[in-house]
Amino acid sequence: MRRLLALLAALLAAMLPAPALAAVAFAALQAEAPPATLSATGLFADLETKRLAPGVVPYTVAAPLFSDHAEKVRAIALPPGARARLRGDGLLELPVGTVLMKSFGYPASAAGPAVTMETRLLVRRADGWVALPYVWDADGREARLRRAGARVPVRFAAGGEVHALAWAVPNVNQCKTCHAVGASLQPLGVKARNLAATGDLARLARLGLLDGAERLAEVRAVPRPDDAAQPLALRARAWLDANCGHCHARSGSASNSGLYLDWEEADRVALGIGKRPVAAGRGSGGREVAIAPGHPDRSILLFRMESTEPGVMMPELGRTLPDPEGIALVRAWIASLGR
Amino acid sequence: MGNALALGLAALLLMAAAPPGRVLLVTPGPHAAERAQEALIDAKPGDTVRFAAGTFAFQTGLSLDVPGVTVEGAGEGKTILDFSGQEGAGEGLLVTSSRVLVRNLTVRDTKGDGIKSKGSDRVTFQDLRVEWTGGPKPTNGAYGVYPVSSTNVLIERVTVRGASDAGIYVGQSRNIVVRDSLAEFNVAGIEIENSMHADVFGNTVRHNTGGILVFDLPNLPVMGGHSTRVFNNRVIDNDTPNFAPPGNIVASVPVGTGIMVMANRNVHVFGNEVAGNASAAFMVIAYAQPFESEGYNPLPRDVVVRGNRVGRNGFAPAFPGGREIAAAVGGTLPPGLWDGVDRYVTAGRELGEPVHVHFLDVPALTLGLGVAGAPPETASPAPKPAPPAPPPAEPAPVVLPADQPGLGR
Repeated sequence: MRRLLALLAALLAAMLPAPALAAVAFAALQAEAPPATLSATGLFADLETKRLAPGVVPYTVAAPLFSDHAEKVRAIALPPGARARLRGDGLLELPVGTVLMKSFGYPASAAGPAVTMETRLLVRRADGWVALPYVWDADGREARLRRAGARVPVRFAAGGEVHALAWAVPNVNQCKTCHAVGASLQPLGVKARNLAATGDLARLARLGLLDGAERLAEVRAVPRPDDAAQPLALRARAWLDANCGHCHARSGSASNSGLYLDWEEADRVALGIGKRPVAAGRGSGGREVAIAPGHPDRSILLFRMESTEPGVMMPELGRTLPDPEGIALVRAWIASLGR
Repeated sequence: MGNALALGLAALLLMAAAPPGRVLLVTPGPHAAERAQEALIDAKPGDTVRFAAGTFAFQTGLSLDVPGVTVEGAGEGKTILDFSGQEGAGEGLLVTSSRVLVRNLTVRDTKGDGIKSKGSDRVTFQDLRVEWTGGPKPTNGAYGVYPVSSTNVLIERVTVRGASDAGIYVGQSRNIVVRDSLAEFNVAGIEIENSMHADVFGNTVRHNTGGILVFDLPNLPVMGGHSTRVFNNRVIDNDTPNFAPPGNIVASVPVGTGIMVMANRNVHVFGNEVAGNASAAFMVIAYAQPFESEGYNPLPRDVVVRGNRVGRNGFAPAFPGGREIAAAVGGTLPPGLWDGVDRYVTAGRELGEPVHVHFLDVPALTLGLGVAGAPPETASPAPKPAPPAPPPAEPAPVVLPADQPGLGR
């Protein structure tokens, strides 16, 4: 009897299209109680080496969010047979079942061995996206769902310095703070314009994972902020979009500020030029306007980018250190506005 | 009518039949901060997240995104949420859902704002204390109790001390009641900004820089604030030097301001006790900074001040030129002060309209500045004549929905 069952199972397995596609636990990720461990999501073929399961497609974005110098691995898993849809420059339309994954870690250095702190998932369900933060065990072999967030002590080297800090894993509400668009939660990185410059949009198309790929050529790419060949203003706007524009948008969490730093914003005052603060409190740093053209050091925007003080620094979540490249870029841009 | 009645009855029956909801108890001790945030995430509509008595220390902000939840402690001063070790987030407690009641606890020493709600409908803050324990300092957080972009807001019996902007601040909201609260040692005691239909009454507002402010600011998604009643408050001895970080609008509020209306419309101030405010009892002014903001009107309009008990105010005006003006009128400013601005320049055009400010029963002065932003040395103070039109009707009392959480408790 047992042998018969085994035979039947083998036969069934042979009839299924490709075992690789079944590796990701799409059904479990749709359940009311999501998988308690990352291994149960099936997103990794090997948790210890962090090798992704087949069908989990890594991608990169032109303008990433600065997260205390952490390295990020982003990947997308589409349910078998499903495809993303290109719709203009903005967010890809992603079908129910889609899983977006982002792991945060530091490479090995003199400061310590390689470490992965957390893997965040965004799962598209029929009633919208849900955020699931998984925190890795110290031995790096398993990660566990921690909906209330966590703090993980880390040591790493960046910019010739050793840093030690308590890495903050966001709780699911903090996930929503950045990912809120009106009342709904939306992905941030998987915008066509953000995947275009890295070549990953074209790659998704080649893999047969993108509907509407015939319009690929029409996508207006966001430049990489560190691409010195691109115009300064566009690079600065790309950085601001990725690091500020998720909240500082007309339908974002900071909509009440009237300061909008997303890629689409066209109004000069809303972009901060000559704009006085509303609820900045000590975040103003004694400066009068968000952006004083030609005067980075009179601009509240730069003051809050440079700060590492809670209640002053921006973004409020996701960093404890300043981003030297971002600061240099926005400083140069504000200085250029006076000319 | 019959249908409405049937619906109403059905709703009542549903309410009666609804289960009382669970209580998620959070006790002090190891991992209390994480347990608290878990409870706030796991709560379902109808549940109560209850903090036991004791002090809870947090490294990051708390947040609630589930509708229909009560967050409560064992009492103001008994349950203390201490954020002095906060390393992240812009406020102590953030509420982003609707039908929420927060009550019976103390929030202390947040790095940013104390308790904030954003985009909430029917949100109530009751029997709370929010304070910065080091006294008035520019490094304190901006706002104590801070509903923004919200509707049906009830703030009652709260105490706020030490906010470096406004103790109680309601912004870009609609249908608001702030009552029976105490605001002291803040820059502004209570501020209603870019909001519609607010009743502010029964509050004690003392030892702030300015007592009660009703403002409207440009370049915001909600502008054109109107219809606020400020009545039966005690606005006394607002004598704390301004400690707001420069750049913020309240940094320009002179110490000793009682009740101030800026760029707002249909504001009625009556039945208040106003005394011991060195700059002025009642100040009505235009927004004076240059601006580019489609549809924004920087002028105050239809302001009525009547029937207040006015003590000694205006004896040491702290605004530019104030001392000279006071000297010119015998040493003390009269209770009513209007900047005399009825014109403004925006996008290269000068615009204007009649500004009707009614000081019905107290002497008042106009500074005769004319155009918004005119320097104070161009003031030509004169007794303020009564407007040609009769005062506008008082706005109807603010009525909160019957199912406003905590209403009547």
